[in-house]
Amino acid sequence: MKKSLRIGSGAGFAGDRWEPAVELAERGEVDYLAFECLAERTIARETLAMRRGKHDGISPRLEERLRAVLPACVGRGVRVVSNMGAANPLAAGRRAAALAAEAGFADPRCAVLLGDDVSDLVATRGGLRSLETGEPLEAVLPRMAAANAYLGADAVRDALATGAPVTMTGRVADPSLFVGPMLHEFGWSYDDYGRLGQATAAGHLLECAGQLTGGYFADAGAKDVPGLARLGFPYADIDADGSFAVGKTAGSGGRIDARTCTEQLLYEMHDPAAYVTPDCVLDATAVAFEETGPDRVRVSGARARPRTDSYKVSVGYFDGYAGEGQISYGGPGAVARARLAAEVVAERLRLRGFSYDEWRVDLIGLDSLHGPGEGRPDPWETRLRLCGRCGDRRTAEAVGWEVETLLTNGPQGGAGDSKSVREILAVQSVLLPRALVKTRVEAVSP
Amino acid sequence: MTRVGDLAHARAGDKGRTVNVSAVAWNAAGYARLERELTEARVAAAFTAVADGPVRRYALPRLLALNFVIDNLRGGGVTRTLAQDLHGKSLSSLLLAIPLPGNREEDGAFSRPGPEPRG
Repeated sequence: MKKSLRIGSGAGFAGDRWEPAVELAERGEVDYLAFECLAERTIARETLAMRRGKHDGISPRLEERLRAVLPACVGRGVRVVSNMGAANPLAAGRRAAALAAEAGFADPRCAVLLGDDVSDLVATRGGLRSLETGEPLEAVLPRMAAANAYLGADAVRDALATGAPVTMTGRVADPSLFVGPMLHEFGWSYDDYGRLGQATAAGHLLECAGQLTGGYFADAGAKDVPGLARLGFPYADIDADGSFAVGKTAGSGGRIDARTCTEQLLYEMHDPAAYVTPDCVLDATAVAFEETGPDRVRVSGARARPRTDSYKVSVGYFDGYAGEGQISYGGPGAVARARLAAEVVAERLRLRGFSYDEWRVDLIGLDSLHGPGEGRPDPWETRLRLCGRCGDRRTAEAVGWEVETLLTNGPQGGAGDSKSVREILAVQSVLLPRALVKTRVEAVSP
Repeated sequence: MTRVGDLAHARAGDKGRTVNVSAVAWNAAGYARLERELTEARVAAAFTAVADGPVRRYALPRLLALNFVIDNLRGGGVTRTLAQDLHGKSLSSLLLAIPLPGNREEDGAFSRPGPEPRG
């Protein structure tokens, strides 16, 4: 058994940069690199794309990301864990194994974790209620695209036991991607809540990669981050007793200190005394950060209570279309002309017989992020953004079209129009009893 | 005029129809004032244009931090909203802009926080 372990964070979302991950593999002396690449509704989006034959349902940048990172892992003994399997972990595993062979791994296998897809269970079980709305799930079942359980670190550990250099999963709770290697390497009991609390805190701090090292932090002139363009990604040094410190690749940009750690600890956290993961219920109220050196922070005080008896399941479903159009106005009267344009478009759509379940008017530069507020001066220029939700694509397309026609049929000086239509994939959550969810591991070779 | 941003930094994160925004004070004195004055009601009032609430506040005195959990974002939250900011990621800036009580009239309306206190 190892006495200590260094786990790096290679990505915080599907579109993340990979240069910092390569840097961690080459110079960060990490034992593991974990890549979190699966936002809440990504699986539903990939499932739909797969059903329509558009692609194979894996994380869109898997190929480029692994092609960049795996050559730096060969020869250094760095193992890779990722949820880039998205809607199709087996296909992702086969790609990963092929890329591992290409990179020169002597044993280019990929361990694939299966069992998070619980769409059959959710469709047939009945009586499930949405955690967000309290309503029965039946209303969205006919439009369901995917249902995936957030698996835990025990399942990740099982995949790592294969010894394969790469582990590919579908839906796994973000912190569990990091806790899994700790369970595997230290041989902890899955009921050792003292260690699981610290481990889960480490995973939570690392799961968004650059958000721990100065990303999503800089406020120019007020809260500066050195070398933000060369932002390095973080790692945690964990000891077998669960104590740990976080740091980042030497010489990389960014900063990691008590302030960045505090912001990230509370990121996406509701009650800090009860942060529920599949592994435990984390209590972060006694966490302390101690800066023990430049860009190095010791973390203590994370506690945990026993895990719940259910898995959280994300149910992604088709929820209509959003049609959008944008156009800009500048100079004196820009805001008044933008408002006039908004009224004209709404009336023209009504005259043509289109209607929308929800209609949104944004004046970018004035109210698009925080809504209307008193005492704000009018900006020199503004960009009108109109967006409508509806059930069919043609009605959605009409929004952007009527914004485009403003060029010659609207207020003076409208410029730079653009339009788009997107399919809305909404997500609701339900709980499923643990015992119903069966996981298994398959090791695939190229 | 003293705003939350003069005493603290902040980060927003989303989950479904709920957003949480933390306020991390620069020092103990700032935390004490925020703990007194940055109430659930004050935050709810500042967020009425983007969320229906309610707002719950969790205090983390060891970290000099307050965590605000703001429910019922307009438009159904991250996965179905028509808003430009799907995730509410810009809402930390809205929290930092909240004026605290006891301001004098001659204070500017749009003062900006000074450089980060060190040491």
